[in-house]
Amino acid sequence: MSEKINVRYVAKLARIALTDDEVDRFGAQLAVLLEHVEALGKLDVGAVPATAQVLELANVTRDDKPAPCLDRDTVLGQAPRTQGAFVRVPRILAE
Amino acid sequence: MKLVDRSAFDVARDVNARRLSAREVTDAALAQADAVDGQVGAYLRVEYDLARAAAARVDARIASGERLALAGVPLAVKDNMCVIGTRTTCASRILEHWTAPYTATAVQRMLDAGCIPIGKANLDEFAMGSSCENSALGVTRNPYDLSRVPGGSSGGSAAAVAAREAAIGMGSDTGGSIREPGAFCNLVGFKPTYGRVSRYGLIAFASSLDQIGPLTRTVRDAAMAYDVMSGHDPMDSTSLPRAVEPASRALPTDLRGLRVGIVREFDLQALAPAMRTIYERAYAELESLGAALVDVSLPTVDYGVATYYLIAPAECSANLARFDGVRYGLRVDAADVGTMYEQTRAQGFGPEVKRRVLIGTYALSSGYYDAYYVRAQKARTLAAKDFAVAFGACDIIASPATSCPPFTLGAKSDPYSMYLMDYYTIPMSLAGVPALSVPCGWVREAQADLPLGLQLAAPHFAEPLLLGAAHAYEQATGYSARVSPAAAGSATGIEEPA
Repeated sequence: MSEKINVRYVAKLARIALTDDEVDRFGAQLAVLLEHVEALGKLDVGAVPATAQVLELANVTRDDKPAPCLDRDTVLGQAPRTQGAFVRVPRILAE
Repeated sequence: MKLVDRSAFDVARDVNARRLSAREVTDAALAQADAVDGQVGAYLRVEYDLARAAAARVDARIASGERLALAGVPLAVKDNMCVIGTRTTCASRILEHWTAPYTATAVQRMLDAGCIPIGKANLDEFAMGSSCENSALGVTRNPYDLSRVPGGSSGGSAAAVAAREAAIGMGSDTGGSIREPGAFCNLVGFKPTYGRVSRYGLIAFASSLDQIGPLTRTVRDAAMAYDVMSGHDPMDSTSLPRAVEPASRALPTDLRGLRVGIVREFDLQALAPAMRTIYERAYAELESLGAALVDVSLPTVDYGVATYYLIAPAECSANLARFDGVRYGLRVDAADVGTMYEQTRAQGFGPEVKRRVLIGTYALSSGYYDAYYVRAQKARTLAAKDFAVAFGACDIIASPATSCPPFTLGAKSDPYSMYLMDYYTIPMSLAGVPALSVPCGWVREAQADLPLGLQLAAPHFAEPLLLGAAHAYEQATGYSARVSPAAAGSATGIEEPA
């Protein structure tokens, strides 16, 4: 599974704009890390289940009853741009 | 003893007995911060008004006859925990001007129990780091040697407690971020069992690993803080609905009958000779307190760093997707929404956060998910099983907390060498078991005495046993008593009232 990481493609997926310098630097640093994590290939995990978290808890739900939450003005007050009762963002659909 | 040197236990006892007011303790802590924090840089912000208002409330409650477990105890809060009305930045540009709209459950419990929030403490950005150097907003120095790092990521909380700017620091530990700064700053750094302390209001890094805990100058103080902050919280679905056995009431002073596991794979020969001597002595000290040393094995422990540096970045890449400039935090305006996301994150995140988001995104991406992320999750199963087997043969496990003493600022410029800092602490995080570091001595390097920590770990939910063992060790050895030069050099501490 060892191959060169396509940093530009991964950065696109991660929604982070990188400079050319960052692409080179992060590419080299991530290659070093990947080389080290290759060691996991030596572990026999064929019959081992995956652990997402260590507790026995599963599907924790609460009763479907209304409860207090942050009010709208507080939430909107956090947003960088608002318009009326909405968060404002640049156009997301072409005209 | 100056007021700022007092333990949380002593402060709470005297405030409850009305021999001392929360106001006096708070004024002393704020004066200490004024005097030393210019050098130490523990706090991103000292919260004068918040602290004084909290002190007035605590004094009023005491005057009305209430008794509070942590009455008047000065508290440093890591700045990835929300405190309503305060800026909560994660030491990141992306949240630099963000004000929290609610308070984290664990912090609220500490405040309800009488703690005084002195300030918000520095950290590696989004808690990603082992030296506190990844903060985008400030430099924190080790109070025992100002040329060195305080450890990370909870470096600000640790430095604040070591410099006597607080009695308790709240930290968060994902792969060692409480234990390592605890060791570097000659403190007790305690990570409880995963799920013991609510993560509600802790800004998420890696949700299956993150756990809040205390940094203190004594084990008793750590136990008192744990008793207050732990317990089920319906606001965190990974919080355990299980009663917490108080840890601070009966702390033993010997280790008779305790089986202490020494991990075969943690070969002390790998350490520098001066460090090796310290840990050999620490194991002998445990034995002289009555413990039986038992050889145990954690067969997959050498895979811990690789496992962790896939799982933690994978979870962080998902958790940090929320920082896109839309609903809160920094927004870099652009003509289209895609460019807005990319530029906001490019300018808002520092290099270490970008690295981890990239590696996590890669490990989760189509074609690599099974080979990296799922394989790491399976390795995690083996890590947890290692501990389950080992704890069949011993009650607690002892090991070094770090592979080196505090290093000079800027000494580790290569990211992977920094990741290796977490070698001893990561396995316990993967297994979710409680673990702490307790001061175990000093190594001399470049004319400075540098603190080292002994890590102790216990099975899930065995916090009372773990803290009890640490207390016995601390009481018998006394390494934690040495005051940091940064704190001692200050002449501003207010003398204890007669």
